[in-house]
Amino acid sequence: MPGFWRRLLGNRSALIGLVILAVVGVTAAAAPFLFPGSPFRRVDRPFQPPFGAHLFGTDVLGRNVAAGLAHGARTSLMIGILATTVAVLVGTLIGATAGYYGGRLDDVLMRTTEFFQTIPTFLFAIILVAILAPSIRSIVIAIAVVSWPGVARLVRGEFLAMRHREFVHACIGLGMSDRRVIFRHVLPNCLSPIIVTGSLTVATAILIESALSFLGLGDPNVMSWGFMIGSGRTFLRTAWWLCTIPGMAILVTVLAINLLGEGLNDTLNPRLRNS
Amino acid sequence: MLAGEAGSATPEYMAQLRQRFGLDQPVLVQLALYMKNMVALDLGFSFRYNMPVLTLILNRLGPTLLLMGVTLVLSVGAGVTLGILAASRAKRWRDTLISILALVSYATPLFWIGLMLVVVFSLKLDWLPTSGMETVAAFHEGWSRVLDIARHLILPAVTLSLFYMALYTRLMRAAMLEQAGMDYVTTARAKGLSEGRITLAHVVRNAVLPVVTVAGVQLGGLLGGSIVVESVFAWPGLGFLAFQALFARDFNLLLGIFFLSASLVVVVNLGVDLLYTFLDPRIQV
Repeated sequence: MPGFWRRLLGNRSALIGLVILAVVGVTAAAAPFLFPGSPFRRVDRPFQPPFGAHLFGTDVLGRNVAAGLAHGARTSLMIGILATTVAVLVGTLIGATAGYYGGRLDDVLMRTTEFFQTIPTFLFAIILVAILAPSIRSIVIAIAVVSWPGVARLVRGEFLAMRHREFVHACIGLGMSDRRVIFRHVLPNCLSPIIVTGSLTVATAILIESALSFLGLGDPNVMSWGFMIGSGRTFLRTAWWLCTIPGMAILVTVLAINLLGEGLNDTLNPRLRNS
Repeated sequence: MLAGEAGSATPEYMAQLRQRFGLDQPVLVQLALYMKNMVALDLGFSFRYNMPVLTLILNRLGPTLLLMGVTLVLSVGAGVTLGILAASRAKRWRDTLISILALVSYATPLFWIGLMLVVVFSLKLDWLPTSGMETVAAFHEGWSRVLDIARHLILPAVTLSLFYMALYTRLMRAAMLEQAGMDYVTTARAKGLSEGRITLAHVVRNAVLPVVTVAGVQLGGLLGGSIVVESVFAWPGLGFLAFQALFARDFNLLLGIFFLSASLVVVVNLGVDLLYTFLDPRIQV
């Protein structure tokens, strides 16, 4: 593994992504210490421009934008990582089963996956959140539900390619259980594309979350970047920073994750590594 | 919910409401009824608008299709062009510039870029209208109306295009570079064709295939994006309707839109498959 880290840090886009993500992560972790108390708390007169008494000014109700930003980072990262974890777990399980066993089971699972893929993603997420009532949990569920099909298809493809390799036959010949072959031998060989897709799914999840909370479907008790843009939208003419700054935060975070994903792809993909 | 807004909620009124919505039936019966109606394209009744859902949706379909069509053409056109430009000078400054542009647009939330465009072009420069589809008060007729709608269309279409343009640029660039190493390119070069002709007549035709596939697959995503963009620009299409339905808790309407857009995606995917055989005669139906 040290070789992996050296290669990853030697990759320019991965390094930039990692540095930015580290800053966002530290801000998110330090939010309760930097800005104690609720980010919904009023601290000053409303519509204070940025770089005055408060770093990023205050919003319509006199809330500190910088505090919202730091607490919003927690929400975005948490939802992005949670939703991706669920999506990757479900997708891997279904894709692995379909790819390993093949036949009728594969058909059934893949048709189901395609069914989920046909449905317009964002609309589906909106409806799920609307029905489940907006909360962190329902947002995570909704994003996971719309994100797993991609992972499932990828894992199935990898498993299909591995299924008839000699080492798999050897394992079966040794009398290993299916579960052991799948999890101990085949899956570790497919890990790198799963990691790359997973990292890109985090970026998409953050974008979906921000769009949901922009439309007013966010968890009403938790500060998030999309919510800040949504509530600042009406005052675009008088207070541009209310929308601009949280948007920049989303842009930078998602960009960093994409860069890291690309870097991971370059480092983990053995075909590119040799060229 | 409706009762709360009416201001009074006597037990009789509640019972009457429940009966009108069929809520006094068991859930399974309600589901079966909905399914049965759906087969007959009866998507139910929107109690908010007091109109059948289907009529409401069909009224709003036109603006959405207009927006999506323009976006599709704009994003594929710009994406393919930028992809060609980047690939033909791979690893040079033009390539780097285009790649960075694509990477940044790919990471930008749609609604935010929409709002920023409004700030710059509508509020600061005052060139373009902020929202709506036409200036209702002006009563434009004929060509001036078309022009008016086009002016309103620019910002939403550009907003929605940016993300997909980035996607297609990256795809096109990768496909061009992959195709450029193929044997037939060497053959064409050996025949003495000019580089420009090789690129345009040979490489692009092969490289554009994956872009078309993805453009078809992304159509569902485009529809989702149009919800956000339409609600930013108050564009009177399906997405804006979905947004309003969401807040009115008008689930009949929301489900209707959902059903119709899923069907739309299936139809378009079929269309893309047919287009494929046209673009690449090697593929048989």
